[in-house]
Amino acid sequence: MSFPLLTATAALPALGAVATAAVPAARRTAAKWLALVVSLATLALAVVVLVRFDPDGARYQLTESHAWISDFGVRWELGVDGIAVALVALTALLVPFIVLAGWHDADPLETGSRRWRPTQGFFALILAVEAMVIVSFEATDVFVFYIFFEAMLIPMYFLIGGFGDRAHEHGEKAAATQRSYAAVKFLLYNLVGGLLMLAAVIGLYVVAGNFSLTEIAEARANGSLHMATDTERWLFLGFFFAFAVKAPLWPLHTWLPNAMQESTAPVAVLITAVVDKVGTFAMLRYCLQLFPEASKWATPVILVLALISIIYGALLAVGQRDIKRLVAYASISHFGFIVMGIFAMTSQGQSGATLYMVNHGISTAALMLVAGFLISRRGSRLIADYGGVQKVAPVLAGTFLIGGLATLSLPGLAPFVSEFLVLVGTFTRHPAIGVIATFGIVLAALYTLVLYQRTMTGPVKPEVSAMPDLRVRELLVVAPLIVLLIFLGVYPKPVTDIVNPAVKQTMSDVHKKDPKPEVEAAK
Amino acid sequence: MENLIALLIAAPLLGAAVLLVGGRRLDAVGHWIGTFLSAASFVFGLILFADLLGKDAEHRTLTQHLWTWISVGGFQADVTFRLDQLSMTFVLLITGVGSLIHLYSVGYMEHDERRRRFFGYLNLFLAAMLLLVLADNYLLLYVGWEGVGLASYLLIGFWQHKPSAATAAKKAFLVNRVGDMGLSIAIMLMFTTFGSFAFGPVLSHTGDTSEGKLTAIGLMLLLAACGKSAQVPLQSWLGDAMEGPTPVSALIHAATMVTAGVYLIVRSGAIFNAAPDAQLAVTVVGAVTLLFGAIVGCAKDDIKKALAGSTMSQIGYMVLAAGLGPIGYVFAIMHLVTHGFFKAGLFLGAGSVMHGMNDEVDMRKYGGLRKYMPVTFITFGLGYLAIIGFPGLSGFFSKDKIIEAAFAKGGTEGWILGGAALLGAAITAFYMTRVMLMTFFGEERWRDRPTRSPEEPSAEPAAAHQGGAASGHAAAATGEPHPHESPKIMTIPMVVLAVGSVFGGAFFSLGDRFLHWLEPVTGHSEGDSPLSAATVTGATMVCLVVGVAIAWAQYGRKPVPALAPRGSLLTRAARRDLYQDDFNHVVLVRGGEHLTRSLVYVDHTLVDGVVNGTAAGFGGLSGRLRRLQNGFVRSYAVSMFGGAALLVAATLLMRAV
Repeated sequence: MSFPLLTATAALPALGAVATAAVPAARRTAAKWLALVVSLATLALAVVVLVRFDPDGARYQLTESHAWISDFGVRWELGVDGIAVALVALTALLVPFIVLAGWHDADPLETGSRRWRPTQGFFALILAVEAMVIVSFEATDVFVFYIFFEAMLIPMYFLIGGFGDRAHEHGEKAAATQRSYAAVKFLLYNLVGGLLMLAAVIGLYVVAGNFSLTEIAEARANGSLHMATDTERWLFLGFFFAFAVKAPLWPLHTWLPNAMQESTAPVAVLITAVVDKVGTFAMLRYCLQLFPEASKWATPVILVLALISIIYGALLAVGQRDIKRLVAYASISHFGFIVMGIFAMTSQGQSGATLYMVNHGISTAALMLVAGFLISRRGSRLIADYGGVQKVAPVLAGTFLIGGLATLSLPGLAPFVSEFLVLVGTFTRHPAIGVIATFGIVLAALYTLVLYQRTMTGPVKPEVSAMPDLRVRELLVVAPLIVLLIFLGVYPKPVTDIVNPAVKQTMSDVHKKDPKPEVEAAK
Repeated sequence: MENLIALLIAAPLLGAAVLLVGGRRLDAVGHWIGTFLSAASFVFGLILFADLLGKDAEHRTLTQHLWTWISVGGFQADVTFRLDQLSMTFVLLITGVGSLIHLYSVGYMEHDERRRRFFGYLNLFLAAMLLLVLADNYLLLYVGWEGVGLASYLLIGFWQHKPSAATAAKKAFLVNRVGDMGLSIAIMLMFTTFGSFAFGPVLSHTGDTSEGKLTAIGLMLLLAACGKSAQVPLQSWLGDAMEGPTPVSALIHAATMVTAGVYLIVRSGAIFNAAPDAQLAVTVVGAVTLLFGAIVGCAKDDIKKALAGSTMSQIGYMVLAAGLGPIGYVFAIMHLVTHGFFKAGLFLGAGSVMHGMNDEVDMRKYGGLRKYMPVTFITFGLGYLAIIGFPGLSGFFSKDKIIEAAFAKGGTEGWILGGAALLGAAITAFYMTRVMLMTFFGEERWRDRPTRSPEEPSAEPAAAHQGGAASGHAAAATGEPHPHESPKIMTIPMVVLAVGSVFGGAFFSLGDRFLHWLEPVTGHSEGDSPLSAATVTGATMVCLVVGVAIAWAQYGRKPVPALAPRGSLLTRAARRDLYQDDFNHVVLVRGGEHLTRSLVYVDHTLVDGVVNGTAAGFGGLSGRLRRLQNGFVRSYAVSMFGGAALLVAATLLMRAV
């Protein structure tokens, strides 16, 4: 038996989480270093997966299959296609930066704090989330996927509710109340989605008799597993609802601004750049593969919801007074683009959506982590409390601007490629929707540049006049992300080459072909 | 030889990277690195130009494929460059004028502590602008298109501690983004129509599709051009863009970037030729803008804003010419090049005047400066003669051809467009004479008068003064100015541009050189003009004389009042840019604010409330769970177990069945 590479990519951070949690209370720094080393080792394993993966090979590769709960036919089945590989790589890439950026976020406020080893807990929880997210991407057994999709809510709940920004405009007590509200709201929304999905998972088992994604999908494709139209639609809705909460899609989005606002910047990145991606990933993998007819049936409604998310999220971002809420609403707008790309049912739309997930992860990480560095210096999340930062901390301002330019999809940076692919992929099938979505590019420029103008330009506010520029640790976080944004902006081929064959498969699952151009001028 | 094309872009791009990442270490030499790399790009351009001239007219196209940028399904974008006569013309203009302005900036920005960064941005601009004109497909062009927008944003807002500069920069970017929507949609339409958006396949297959599609593509390209080239209705950003340092106004907001819209239309000639409705829209936009800009230029007392109105107006001429089709393409580009010389020269002259006048921009506080700044006076004067179309100078040849071509469009349209162009020539003569008289002639209105009131911060505070010691600067800024000529490093570029302004037009027109050079790319046809060439020239001359005479009567014969008179209704409207900003403010800014504010409220109460309420409706789950906040994880576990129990039950049921 060959080395279980995929299991290892998840087991390593899981064991790392346990080990980090077990570090004695006094050795906080050791716990941080342990978490960082484990996350880097996981990244190394993910790189091995990336190298071993053959884009032109079988659909699912590096597969593993072991009996697990044999009574229900649940098997520990893992395997990755190009889409999953890209997202595993994104997750493994971002976590070391999240750890490094959050280096001091969980330091106890005073020595001898009565709280239970918060530092160890913080980093252990991050690694636990990483492990669960990776399993969600790698699982090819619907039940295994469900378990981890739901289980990651627990560590996320503690990360949101237990660790917030140091300073808060209404004092520590109010902060704790708001944090716990945000954490509960996060949990409630996702839990309701999860329960509906559980019902659909059971329903699927009743219909199909097993949980294996590959077996069910094959049976669906060759016609040996027939589903009544209504059954398929109900099951689809059960799955889709859970994913639409997690993605999140309008009008199920309101938990995200609360969660991102109240958690520390690295945790906010973990939510929006990593955990939420499981939702959009699962739409592409589970909804489209298992329920192709129902997916097509629901497409018009989903496209409209995605379009509303794009415009509505962007307009709300314009109206925010809180930096982190602004980024959260911007993310809602971006998730609208991703969902639109998936349900455009074109290869440009779906490859673009997958690339969008990767690029959005990197660009949001860059913007949000720098925002976190800014907030930690001044102790406020309110945009109005800043002004003229560019003068005192030019490097911080410069990196913030680049993060912002990536968020508004400036050509030359990575998000432009994915956004344009999604737009063009949508436009070829639904011109009106594609044109309206294009308004999103104006609004994105508006919220980003207004944010930059209000915080970074103008006369220096007295409160920011002594603000130090980025430190070495912070530069180590931001610089590689910026390099990646530029690299993938001019050369996205490494990602698209991996993703394209998987998207082609998905397109054939839903029996869709790209619309032909009117004139074949390219030949 | 084609391998040299990438170096054209690589040189300034390297400069931008080195200067922006290099940090303080490079402060002492940064400006020379930037200038050297800009000049290097110009030299590469000259070598390539010589190479093209060595080939026959039909084979003067070089392409260089670097790598496949995006490839998904049938969607293929390559990083491929195309150098033909049209892009070559731009390359020489961009790198030539660009290098001169780099040189000028070495002096102009000497006392700015962020000079290195300024040169980094200038280099970034050159790289992006070269990418724009060298790209072989519309998507790669888009990268250059937004790249110049970014450079423009960074440079307008270069003194971003000033709120007005930061606001102007943001406004420019946002208005341009509206134009970018047009470019995005045009590319998407090309892809659905032709399966490609590379120049070759698209432009050679325009005959295979319907006129409706081509009109749609053309109109979207026009929208893009309106944004970048400050044409009505997306013109409002250009006046504010004068917040940037003056060399930036000269290079980006006069000579090169703002002409990108003209490039886009001429490059897409095959599309417009087959879409007469789109062409008509282009000519209307051009004609309206040429009058709009000229009228605004008449009323401004700020020397840079007067020149900005003029720029808008002159680009209006180019857009008008580009909309005329093959009769006009060559002359649009010819006017673009000559305008690049004289307008860059005029702006550099304005910068030189400001340099000698404590950064004062109000022409009512100038007067009689010709004695104190002879070189600036002569070079500015030559630029002035060129722009008003004084016989024999550059503007005479290029503008005259556009007016002729407008009449040659024929029919009522021809008369209207030609009339507008003639009227524009008269107004141009008026406002430029006004600038000339207010600045260099008349009384010395700056005597015994501090140029700056303390509550009105200097427009260009950071461009400190050559000659004046840095320590004495603060005192000088509020005292009486001591006008002086600028240093050689600034006047030499002005002299070179003045030479271009004088001889460029004649050189291009002699034996129709420019026409023969560009014709293989743009095509050319002679229209059927109702007026003879001589009649048009005569009419233009009459307009010129009338415009100069009226300006002389108002600003030459009698003294210029220190405070602007209230003025006629039109003057007051023109001073406020014909109420463009007021309109935008009321409709877009206020409306947008109300919209976002009410949406924030709706999101907080309605959407959040309804979704939470619905959840609560489902068996009161939400409320009950919220009460259990502290023991929440327990209830979560209960749900999980409940789910698992359901699962077991279902399995057993299956077995039983």
